[in-house]
Amino acid sequence: MIKIINAVLAVLAGVGGAMVLYFVLNFAVERLPGKWEHRIKPYVFIGPALLVIGVFLIYPAVQTFVYSFANDDSTEFVGFQNYTELLGSEAFRRTLLNTLLWIIIVPVVVVVMGMAVAVLADRLGARSEKTTKTIIFLPMAISGVGAAAIWGFIYASRPPTQDQIGLLNAVVVGLGFDPVAWLQIDTGKLNSLLLMVIMIWTQVGFAMVLLSAAIKSVPEETLEAARIDGANEVQTFFRVVVPQIWATVITVFITVLIGVMKVFDIVYTTTNGNFNTNVIAVQFFNELFTNGNNGYAGAIVIMLMIAIIPVMAYQVRHFKKQEAAS
Amino acid sequence: MTTQSPALGTTGTEEKPLQPASPDRGRRTPAPKLARGQANWGVKILLVVLCLLWLLPTVGLLVTSFREPDAANSTGWWTVFTAPFSNWSVENYRQVLLEEDFGRAFLNSFVITIPATIIPILFAAFAAYAFTFMKFVGRDFLFILIVGLLVVPNQVALVPLLQLYARADLVGTFAAVWLAHTGFGMPLAIFILRGYMQTLPRSIIESASVDGASHFTTFWRLIVPMSVPALAAFAIFQFLWVWNDLLIALLFLGAGDNIAVTVRLAGLIGSAGQGWQLLTAGAFITISVPLLVFIALQRYFVRGLTSGSVKG
Repeated sequence: MIKIINAVLAVLAGVGGAMVLYFVLNFAVERLPGKWEHRIKPYVFIGPALLVIGVFLIYPAVQTFVYSFANDDSTEFVGFQNYTELLGSEAFRRTLLNTLLWIIIVPVVVVVMGMAVAVLADRLGARSEKTTKTIIFLPMAISGVGAAAIWGFIYASRPPTQDQIGLLNAVVVGLGFDPVAWLQIDTGKLNSLLLMVIMIWTQVGFAMVLLSAAIKSVPEETLEAARIDGANEVQTFFRVVVPQIWATVITVFITVLIGVMKVFDIVYTTTNGNFNTNVIAVQFFNELFTNGNNGYAGAIVIMLMIAIIPVMAYQVRHFKKQEAAS
Repeated sequence: MTTQSPALGTTGTEEKPLQPASPDRGRRTPAPKLARGQANWGVKILLVVLCLLWLLPTVGLLVTSFREPDAANSTGWWTVFTAPFSNWSVENYRQVLLEEDFGRAFLNSFVITIPATIIPILFAAFAAYAFTFMKFVGRDFLFILIVGLLVVPNQVALVPLLQLYARADLVGTFAAVWLAHTGFGMPLAIFILRGYMQTLPRSIIESASVDGASHFTTFWRLIVPMSVPALAAFAIFQFLWVWNDLLIALLFLGAGDNIAVTVRLAGLIGSAGQGWQLLTAGAFITISVPLLVFIALQRYFVRGLTSGSVKG
């Protein structure tokens, strides 16, 4: 009971404190002479937001950049040593390769599957469509840790003498083979692929929802026109629908791509990067937390940042174009 | 969400914001696209199989969480269907909540998530109001900066923040995660809310100021109530994202008194041998809240995801 009261108090203090901040600032600025009030007020409104962005994003990003050129406890500059050592190490190159595979495979599979479900479910009656979509969408609410726990019961492996409690191995044993320790086999990147399946499971619903809405907003006339011209369903889809929803396809692709680049919890909770499944965000965490090496951790995340800069440039350009258009 | 879902708070790279309901919304009956209701049996079977595959993993977890420890550890969960009326128990939940400390972690996750959802919305709503309805030096530049920050990975901030918190003696406190999530969620929040506010009719705001209402009054009395759909959409994003987050909770709260439920679950997964059935009960407790929020508010959430980005 006391715990609950404390919890409620903590929540109230946090939220209330933030509210009071604005009332106090506003009260103060309204006491200023008219002209100054108008000049200062916008900054009162954006001030707290800019302050947290500055303190929690911009300042630390710059600091991380600096740390990436310093030694493990940031006491001495070492030039590009962290970068050259990391890129020279076999382990980190494997991490990069794994991350690259995630980046190439997951967004494409998610977009294709999301599109397929959106198109097929569109042909069902209204109620079945809704049910189908809810089921596919649901895993999106599940955390990476939760998903890892859930899929543990698919991939689990027991010695051949015992009953299998993992579904996949139950099938394999049922077919007369020996059980397989799925997440420990990196031949053909099998284990990494199986971990990607978990991520795909959580993301397809997101792609489906956006793509489905886009498909539904395609004007009926354009479809009619194509049909009258003798196009079949498949041709109509690829030549008429896909070009019109292309902007949404790109949006979904980029969103999933960014998520995949940072994938952490699925890999951390299942293999912790062992058995050659490591990815950038997990290695970053282990350098920072387990090895206490700020230099390596900084260098890893700066490399990630460099990979994201083209996406950032695309976003800004896209935004400017939109603003100009509106 | 993983990351994504999750990866949620950071998934919104390009969702253009919501539009207010257009006045003709009720009248427009959506014309049947492609081929509504014309699925053949092949399509129906394919979708049913896909749905079953999608549900199967979660069903396995749910079933196992109600099985007796010995049964759960020695036979597959699907064997319950051969003898559906035996060996059920809620012992796993009792044990995981009381002995494995999930009860406290569960409560902590609320204390983490509620302020970490409300504070960024409050900050972002004020900022979005200024970006939309006020003129000031540097406005356009600052907003472009925020658009650029939408895709910056949180990881880039973690090393210096950890040091900053250590110096300020904030490591392990709720305030540490509230502030971090407020910072990390801010660009997306401002982006979504500003986009929505731009679609509100300017005349209303102008007439309010003619009537002598200050910006502060206009904000609370007019803009906040009118922006509820966008506020709700972002609130759901942020709630799911913070509740499901592992990385930030792990770094800033760790395994101390204020441990988050995701961190506790990750610990349980890591220490195998404690029994599968406990893991499942813990996992189900962890995912129950986001699932409920998600199911209850799916409509807002979908509207938040789709509007705009489709019209684009």
